[in-house]
Amino acid sequence: MGKLNTNGNAYTIIYASIMVIIVAFLLAFVASALKPTQDENVANDKRSQILAALRIEKGSDYDVQAKYAELVKADPVYDGSASVKAENGGFAVENKNLTKDNRPLYVAETPDGKKYVIPMTGAGLWGGIWGYVALDDDCETVYGTYFSHESETAGLGARITELEFQSKFQGKKLFAGDDKSKIALSVVKKGKEGDISADNYVNGITGATLTSDGVNNMIQKGLSDYKDILDSLKK
Amino acid sequence: MGKLFSKENGEVFKSPLNLNNPVAVQVLGICSALAVTAQLKPAIVMGLSVTVITAFSNVIISLIRKTIPNRIRIIVQLVVVAALVTIVSNILKAYVYDVSVQLSVYVGLIITNCILMGRLEAFAMMNGPWESFLDGIANGLGYAIVLVIVGFVRELLGFGSIFGFQIIPDSWLLDNGGGYLHNGMMTMPAMALILVGCIIWAHRAYNKDKIQ
Repeated sequence: MGKLNTNGNAYTIIYASIMVIIVAFLLAFVASALKPTQDENVANDKRSQILAALRIEKGSDYDVQAKYAELVKADPVYDGSASVKAENGGFAVENKNLTKDNRPLYVAETPDGKKYVIPMTGAGLWGGIWGYVALDDDCETVYGTYFSHESETAGLGARITELEFQSKFQGKKLFAGDDKSKIALSVVKKGKEGDISADNYVNGITGATLTSDGVNNMIQKGLSDYKDILDSLKK
Repeated sequence: MGKLFSKENGEVFKSPLNLNNPVAVQVLGICSALAVTAQLKPAIVMGLSVTVITAFSNVIISLIRKTIPNRIRIIVQLVVVAALVTIVSNILKAYVYDVSVQLSVYVGLIITNCILMGRLEAFAMMNGPWESFLDGIANGLGYAIVLVIVGFVRELLGFGSIFGFQIIPDSWLLDNGGGYLHNGMMTMPAMALILVGCIIWAHRAYNKDKIQ
């Protein structure tokens, strides 16, 4: 066998084809072998976010799955008329699939009593933001929150992921006094509070007004979207 | 063994670490050096990922270098790199999920890292697998060193911590009555560029013959 002509058309085409087939098999194998572990990580990350809204600090050392199973008792999915369409399976609803007809609610039993966790999504300055708001069983008082983001500015907007900001929501009320018609809870710039009751607002992050506004809009819309469910739970 | 660790091979290994450093001298791979160095941990993982990928893509290309059709050699190199990057990215997602979230798109962008393609085209295409392996490791480490230095300074001054452990005590902070303030600029990519500039400056000042 003489020296291969590595510059011929046939050789080039065959070479490329074989290479692509080998690489395709290799990648398919790796991807399918690691998929279960990766899905598990994603699910655990979501669990730890929901737990963070229930005041279990993210990043601290605990068994996410065990803690989640211990606290979160049910995850019903609600349809457009605020009736339960599935008793379980809310956890499987991805945040991007949240719609009026597909609203998961997490029901948790914590040492502090029964809590409802509401998932929500919105838009920050550079990309998407999302969060979980836990409410006491009066459906009016915030127990805890968790927010995260895709690509907010590090050190400014990205600080919505910090406990310092999230814990400010604890104990705030959804509604202004006896007016239960609309969600009053909001994020406002320092000095722009106006006549909002201190029970109803949290100061935004200095230097991250647009991200703070994004959180404000997300909370208002997210909670408004769940208002009928909250009303039905109160009865 | 004598041949494996010969003087030439020693040179192949040493030069990218210092006199031919891919970041400080060739100014390659700057994009990711700015993006992932806000904290030390992602910087180290990124440095290691690039090291592993450069080394193995170098070896693979070196092994098949005589069979690669010249006209599609860049495509072949890209496919090898892309396959390795996808595998590493999958492994990161499976075993160090939080770091892979922090690195986000930059793992995928290793594919376009100039250091890799540069080493494949300039070295692996005309050298044996062992030399290519050394060259890949050394270039990856040369890149990683710069990332670690930048990551160290940025995390220390920007967040007051190293590897997430608090170094600057809370009581020093202005909010708590002290006189210290974290430098928010350090958390921005712009400051990383200035730091890389300082490293290049120090490097050239030390290696006078590199001054052009």
